[in-house]
Amino acid sequence: MGKYLEMIRIRFLMMLAYRTNYYSGILIYSINIGAYYFLWSAIYGDKPSIQHLSIVQMTTYIAVAWMARAFYFNNIDREIALEIKEGKVAIEMIRPYNYLSMKMMQGLGEGIFRILFFSVPGMVIVYFIFPIQFTSHPATWLYFLVSIILSFVINTQINLLTGIATFFLFNNDGLIRAKRVVIDLFSGLILPISFFPGWAQSIMGYLPFQGISYIPSMIFTEGFQGSGVIHGLLNQALWCVVLFIPIQVLWATAKRQLIVQGG
Amino acid sequence: MSYFSIFFQYAGQYLKTRLTYRADMAVEIFSDLLFQAVNLIFILVVFGHTSLLKGWSKDEMVFIYGFFLVPFAIFGAFFNIWDFTDRYIVKGEMDRILTRPIHSLFQIILERMELESLFGVVTGLAIMFYAGNNLGLSLHWYDPFIFLILVAGGALVYAGIFVTLASIGFWSDSRTDIMPMMYNIGNYGRYPVDIYNRIIRYVLTWILPFAFVGVYPAAYFLGREEWYIYAFITPLIGVIFFAISVFLWNIGVTKYRGAGN
Repeated sequence: MGKYLEMIRIRFLMMLAYRTNYYSGILIYSINIGAYYFLWSAIYGDKPSIQHLSIVQMTTYIAVAWMARAFYFNNIDREIALEIKEGKVAIEMIRPYNYLSMKMMQGLGEGIFRILFFSVPGMVIVYFIFPIQFTSHPATWLYFLVSIILSFVINTQINLLTGIATFFLFNNDGLIRAKRVVIDLFSGLILPISFFPGWAQSIMGYLPFQGISYIPSMIFTEGFQGSGVIHGLLNQALWCVVLFIPIQVLWATAKRQLIVQGG
Repeated sequence: MSYFSIFFQYAGQYLKTRLTYRADMAVEIFSDLLFQAVNLIFILVVFGHTSLLKGWSKDEMVFIYGFFLVPFAIFGAFFNIWDFTDRYIVKGEMDRILTRPIHSLFQIILERMELESLFGVVTGLAIMFYAGNNLGLSLHWYDPFIFLILVAGGALVYAGIFVTLASIGFWSDSRTDIMPMMYNIGNYGRYPVDIYNRIIRYVLTWILPFAFVGVYPAAYFLGREEWYIYAFITPLIGVIFFAISVFLWNIGVTKYRGAGN
């Protein structure tokens, strides 16, 4: 366990060394939040609420969805793909740790860094620019915290799957890009799942993506109440467990048919 | 050799290299399509909850987005200069460019072209025809020509802004994230500018004129007469911004000192 904590620490320190790169990131996210804020204001017009969300809740939803993205988002799929292509993965496999857990820990180190130096200051900044409301219920904050941790796990698991797919596809830049677009749409980052037509919602109910952005954001804006919150969290927890299976299967298959070119 | 024949030589070589890896190219085009579809889905889903957006109907919004895709695709195919500072200034690649007998900017355009982006033109046209058909728009015989001029104007606006930003690299090679930031600001041009507040509208019209890539020129085809004046100055704005950027580029090249080794 100690070595994994060390991994988190090292990644955190590595990110800290390049922290100035992140100030512009906050600006970019604010620009995106701004674009959607204006769009939604126009969409709402005089309507007090759409799908049980008021305009203030909607603005908060967008802001928190983007800022939470800074936490769960990482490039470990790209890193894994690169290490497979370069053959480094063979060395990684003989090291005394579990490669996939190690990758996840690195992602966590990155996430902890970003939540402290990106999401929190970013949230304060957008709070002053846009009409956003923070809830005063401590329970909501607690649920939200649990929820974004689960969303990190789900997103990272999907990244691991995409990364491992390189073993079979050799070049999967396209898959990584497509995955990113699919997640932005189906996770509810761009628009809440409840806005989609019924048939689309029921399909998405069977997919893990809404656990990444929609559920934590709805909890934060209190769009989910009471049992809705618990259902959301259970849905996320279930996916964390379910996604564990294909990762293990793919990883076991991949190890058996590993081809290292050069090295 | 004329610039034209050099261009076609490069384009021919490019196609040969890309067609060697057909599967990779297919996946790339597919993920581009997916990316374009996401924005379309956003518009379609949103209009499930409202019938008008600041006076714009669903099909009009879709049409504007379709128009936006065309100049954006042309820009994306030829102006891949978002990593200019890293690739050419910091690594000293600009030395090689300057030994070539054609204009340095043109040489970079040739080397960095990504012709598969042009697929966006097809998507854009398809979306426009679909939306235009729903709106019952009719075409005059001169409309295709006006379309070409307005598209060229929009692409030049994009090119002008990004070439200007790339030129900054000649003065300062420190790492900035201004390029990705500008890509995100550019997305504001996909929607009608009257949904933004006055300041943003002013910026999008006169300072970073992304509105001339989407809503203004599209307004001509939508018959929105209140925007005609903006629609018709699109080529002018494009030429002005591109001329300024080439001017800055030319000054910048004289300041280039090489990375030295």
